[in-house]
Amino acid sequence: MENNELLEHFDRMLRSACTPAAIREVEEGGSFDSMWEPIAQSGFLDALVSENAGGFGLTLAEIQPLLRALGRHAVPLPVGETMVARAMLANAGLDLPPGPITLAVALHGAGMPVPFGKTCAHALVDFGDVCELVSADAAGLVTTGVRGSVDAMLTLTGSGGGRHIERPDNGLLPIAAVLRAISMAGAADHLLEMTTAYANERVQFGKPIGRQQALQQQLAVMAEDVVAMRMAAQLACAGGWPLNLAAVATAKSIASTAAPRIAATAHAVHGAIGISEEFDLQLYTRRLHEWRLAHGAETYWNRILGAARLEADRCSIDWIRDAIFA
Amino acid sequence: MFDTLTLARLPEEDEALRPLVRQLAQDAVAQMPMDARARSWSGFDAAFSRKLGQEGLLGLTLPKEYGGGGRGPFARFVVVEELLNAGAPPAAHWIADRQSAPLILNFGTEEQRQFYLPRICKGEALFCIGMSEPGSGSDLASVRTRAERTESGWRVNGQKIWTTNSLHSDYMIALLRTSGNPQDRHKGLSQLIIDLKVPGITIRPITDLAGDAYFSEVFLEDVDLPPDALIGTEGEGWKQVTAELAFERSGPERIYSSVVLLDGWIAHLRKHGRIDDATRALVGDFTARLATLRAMSIACTARLAAGESPVVEASITKDLGTSFEQELPNAIGDDLASHPGEAIAAELYRALAFVAQIAPSFSLRGGTREILRGIIARGLGLR
Ligand SMILES: Cc1cc2nc3c(=O)[nH]c(=O)nc-3n(C[C@H](O)[C@H](O)[C@H](O)COP(=O)(O)OP(=O)(O)OC[C@H]3O[C@@H](n4cnc5c(N)ncnc54)[C@H](O)[C@@H]3O)c2cc1C
Repeated sequence: MENNELLEHFDRMLRSACTPAAIREVEEGGSFDSMWEPIAQSGFLDALVSENAGGFGLTLAEIQPLLRALGRHAVPLPVGETMVARAMLANAGLDLPPGPITLAVALHGAGMPVPFGKTCAHALVDFGDVCELVSADAAGLVTTGVRGSVDAMLTLTGSGGGRHIERPDNGLLPIAAVLRAISMAGAADHLLEMTTAYANERVQFGKPIGRQQALQQQLAVMAEDVVAMRMAAQLACAGGWPLNLAAVATAKSIASTAAPRIAATAHAVHGAIGISEEFDLQLYTRRLHEWRLAHGAETYWNRILGAARLEADRCSIDWIRDAIFA
Repeated sequence: MFDTLTLARLPEEDEALRPLVRQLAQDAVAQMPMDARARSWSGFDAAFSRKLGQEGLLGLTLPKEYGGGGRGPFARFVVVEELLNAGAPPAAHWIADRQSAPLILNFGTEEQRQFYLPRICKGEALFCIGMSEPGSGSDLASVRTRAERTESGWRVNGQKIWTTNSLHSDYMIALLRTSGNPQDRHKGLSQLIIDLKVPGITIRPITDLAGDAYFSEVFLEDVDLPPDALIGTEGEGWKQVTAELAFERSGPERIYSSVVLLDGWIAHLRKHGRIDDATRALVGDFTARLATLRAMSIACTARLAAGESPVVEASITKDLGTSFEQELPNAIGDDLASHPGEAIAAELYRALAFVAQIAPSFSLRGGTREILRGIIARGLGLR
């Protein structure tokens, strides 16, 4: 499949651009230009832009493996968000600005964390009635102070003086949540790989700790969560644009519910080494925790899904088939 | 990891079976209270199974030349999903349709296929699984029941247990030792199709904690069988059983066992107009998990359809699915009994009590939770 080639190419590019050292540099406040450049050069940022407007015209389902790779490589930049924003801007006939664009939702007021708020040139902000492309400087993005985090708090509640585009139905929250859910699936997949590899290497009591049935059982549960996350994310992308809200809720609920369990098992298996800064595990477990909260945690989305479900006089299987698998 | 488990769609032509199955299932459950429907795939009704056979809804994965539907695992998924959705009683044909027929198709001789498969497709040959023994549960390779070659075929001695539906079945496919002894483990095991009407077989039902008697003990004393009782290759029983278990574990029954209760509870919530945040969140959590499990189950079906034996993928789905099935009665019981102003209908209460009591079996039957997790760990390269 040509999609596989695309993925391999993208994956290779990310592996060389986003080494753990480069990620740490960006996380510590260094410039992200040299990491962004190869990503921008690759052309992938216009994957979702229509062919008429000079993009690839791919669907969300088609680029879902690429988005997952972003999580697998702990990319500290809003690459998926930029893809989405560029497609929306191009659709509205606006010029596409250079640099990373993150997605932010301002309609619930200030004080919510915005993923990649520190590593963007622009933010596409959903104000509830309209979306506005605001430069990072004008967006009122205040660092959270969390060590290593590239997220920021949004303080902007009124216009930032940028260009307006029409707000999609349901705004930016669903797509922003799905992007996080997909990245979480990628990060979780990487954690599973790291953790099983470590379990096979680390020797205690004369044999690899992975031979201990207690750890095998925990890792099996971790694998189940990782697969469930991936499937739920795929489900949310399957229907294309506009996103199916029930499927979005499913994906983010599953991802956010599983995230702390996955992080906990990864750490438990690694022992003390996993607690150290210089070991890469923390790059991934921190992301899982942050992205779990970003754009609505599990209870937020469960309520939305539950409300829709309770409105219907149907049995569960029928409702799920129509509302989520549609 | 496990990237082959990926989102798949049910083909339109298989979806097209849904209205017919739904009609038949609805007719079958019209007079059944919720707690009877909550028996899910344990419910037994031979006439209903024959009816499904007449309508061409059994043996969908089998070639047409053997009376099958010539379709595949996706078609079977649709039929099974509809039966479980309604709580219709599919137990009579269940095991034959799910695993005995594919086993016979894959490993049987042409004569065996001609002999068994058309009747399975009509719902007229009912099968049970003779794997477990009093001394062999999870450690299945330790089975002791023996089949010895005689001049006229085979002679079987020993005992099987927990054999679901054996009392009402025509045949049991048994895993037996045909050479060596239990210490030889995987070597020397074979599968035989045992006609349960032949002399020397005593079947003693075992009443379960809910008062049902679905499973039994099967005693085999000098049971003489013809040579063609052997299915597949002598000594290859372990390999065959492994393939059979992939069929046994990968179906949607591993996620839907409590779905009748779930729907009964949601109807209760709607009746009482309860839409507070906590209720919404709980309903949403269950819905998200059920939808994701459905996607995983369809993905497993796609691996079967591709001709693979998704042993690890099926274990992943079954373990997550049964955990979900088991959590439902706990959470629903807490919810119902924590809202004292809302009268609980008697049949909902009975359905809840039934599922709560029987739920531990969900992660025992078809391989225990711990064994499945061991299989997943092997898939991860840890063993
Ligand atoms: C409702 C129902 C229907 C059934 N129908 C059939 C049927 O039709 N045909 C049939 O052949 N069998 C049937 N069975 C039997 C079923 O396959 C067995 O119950 C199952 O294989 C477990 O065996 P056991 O019950 O002897 O438990 P045991 O194997 O004794 O296990 C007891 C506990 O020990 C754990 N354990 C055992 N070994 C290990 C290990 N190596 N590592 C970690 N933990 C371990 C198990 O996980 C379990 O928690 C049925 C069971 C039930 C409950």
